[in-house]
Amino acid sequence: MSVITQTSPAAAQDAAPEKQWHRPSYWPFVVPALVVVLAIIIFPWLFTIWMSLNEWKVGVPTTFVGLANYLRLPSDPRFIEAVGHTLVYTGLSVLLPLLFGTFAAVVFHQKFAGRGFLRGVFIMPMMATPVAIGLVWTMMFHPQLGVLNYLLSLVGIPPQLWVFHPATVIPSLVLVETWQWTPLVMLIVLGGLAAIPTEPYESAQIDGASFWQVFRFITLPLIMPFLFIAGMIRMIDAVKSFDIIFAITQGGPGSASETINLYLYSVAFAYYDIGYGSAIAVIFFLLIVALAAVMLYFRQRMLWTETGSDA
Amino acid sequence: MNLRGLLGRIGLWFAILVIVSPAILFFLWMLSLSLKFEIDNAAYPPVFFPEHIAWKNYADVLASNRFLTYFINSLIVTGSATALALIVGVPAGYGIARMAAHKSAIVILIARITPGLSYLIPLFLLFQWLGLLGTLVPQIIIHLVVTVPIVIWIMIGYFETTPLELEEAALIDGATRWQVFRHVALPIAKPGIAVAFILAVIFSWNNFVFGIVLAGRETRTLPVAVYNMISFDQLSWGPLAAAALIVTLPVLLLTVFAQRQIVAGLTAGAVKGG
Repeated sequence: MSVITQTSPAAAQDAAPEKQWHRPSYWPFVVPALVVVLAIIIFPWLFTIWMSLNEWKVGVPTTFVGLANYLRLPSDPRFIEAVGHTLVYTGLSVLLPLLFGTFAAVVFHQKFAGRGFLRGVFIMPMMATPVAIGLVWTMMFHPQLGVLNYLLSLVGIPPQLWVFHPATVIPSLVLVETWQWTPLVMLIVLGGLAAIPTEPYESAQIDGASFWQVFRFITLPLIMPFLFIAGMIRMIDAVKSFDIIFAITQGGPGSASETINLYLYSVAFAYYDIGYGSAIAVIFFLLIVALAAVMLYFRQRMLWTETGSDA
Repeated sequence: MNLRGLLGRIGLWFAILVIVSPAILFFLWMLSLSLKFEIDNAAYPPVFFPEHIAWKNYADVLASNRFLTYFINSLIVTGSATALALIVGVPAGYGIARMAAHKSAIVILIARITPGLSYLIPLFLLFQWLGLLGTLVPQIIIHLVVTVPIVIWIMIGYFETTPLELEEAALIDGATRWQVFRHVALPIAKPGIAVAFILAVIFSWNNFVFGIVLAGRETRTLPVAVYNMISFDQLSWGPLAAAALIVTLPVLLLTVFAQRQIVAGLTAGAVKGG
């Protein structure tokens, strides 16, 4: 780690006057990026916090109002509703891709002809432009002319209203989100499968374990860390999901699929209520951090009980 | 045993079919929609293989003079945002990796967690004050929010795996840090830079949320332009599907041809913009 400082005379000279100054000669490499990060990430955050403490509307002089914008949130039914939509949408959009992604990873872990090409095809949904994808899904969801209702009719299921009915709009959007992001879970879990040693499988085969037993008692525990990472990433992305929802429903019908992110968009860029929008942005960020913390907590507890039962 | 093996093989191929068909069928259907006249697109039961192929849909999209403008806008925004991100991000990734300043990754993490809209509110006001709205500059700058963290993140990971021995030897021979970076570290890091470049291009190209707020009529990028087509042509699915396919085609081609880099980058950092 510190080999460079020891072997490099230049660094030693630099380090001499100020005691243990942290390898100064690498700083010039970082400074340009630091300036950019300060300008486009740190500054917007500080400015957002400042705006959230003000009554800030376009064309009206701003006034400092303290926490008033935050106090508006609990009594804003549209915000509360949006939080509910976000949690349902996120929960489903984490679980389903984890389920299908793990299955897909187990399949792609096998050897078969054309595996590389098919893996490329499989990851196309997550790389494709979300808006373009959303437009085509909208056509497919069309109640009269859409291909999905036609496919349902082939197996005798009555036509659905999909994204055009409040009760089915979120599950329909989750279907798109799952279709789009299962590949990412697959890639992460596939990386986990590749790292598993072969010994446990060999002894399981000798013991005559079934495929399911092998998966449940050997594979699953070993890929758990990867599933956790995939779940975490999926959570962060699903909470923030915007393009697909905006392109397909814009939060509708009514506000049935309005998540926090879409509500934030309306408040900030349709009503130009900048102060309130900034407060939503801050709370939204804290919610994501809180969800991540909860997931970490359960992961730690699981690890603890796992090692506890081993001992 | 042989029969069991055969059954297993059949089961495997059935599973492969189940897994891959949603992606294949979707993109084939997208292609089908884009190549049909309105009569076929409005038919029920749906027509999969049209009798007459509507090349016209593509011709119409490509012939509209605005489309070329939007395509060039997309090229400028994605190209500039990616180039700038590489210029500042590759050295930064190097510096952070060599200083082992792992705590600085927290900033990248925050950037990764923050919803894109949160950046838009303050930066929108800033661009307004600076009088930059109506040009492509605001979009180039805000796309850095997507590209810079991707590049830094991937380059940290890459430089941590490149061997130090050559760099040390060069330092002992009297090379400056910059010379070491330029002539020793950078050439070795080319594959990593390729990964960072490809992912930055894809996520910048795909970005939609920054454009709907910042882009005016003349400064739209392709995703925004395609979205704006809906309101005008509510029922002409053919041209709309054709436009959607044209917008996403560069990315799909990149995915197929640079699959190995994309997989490496996504599994290493699991980064995604926006």
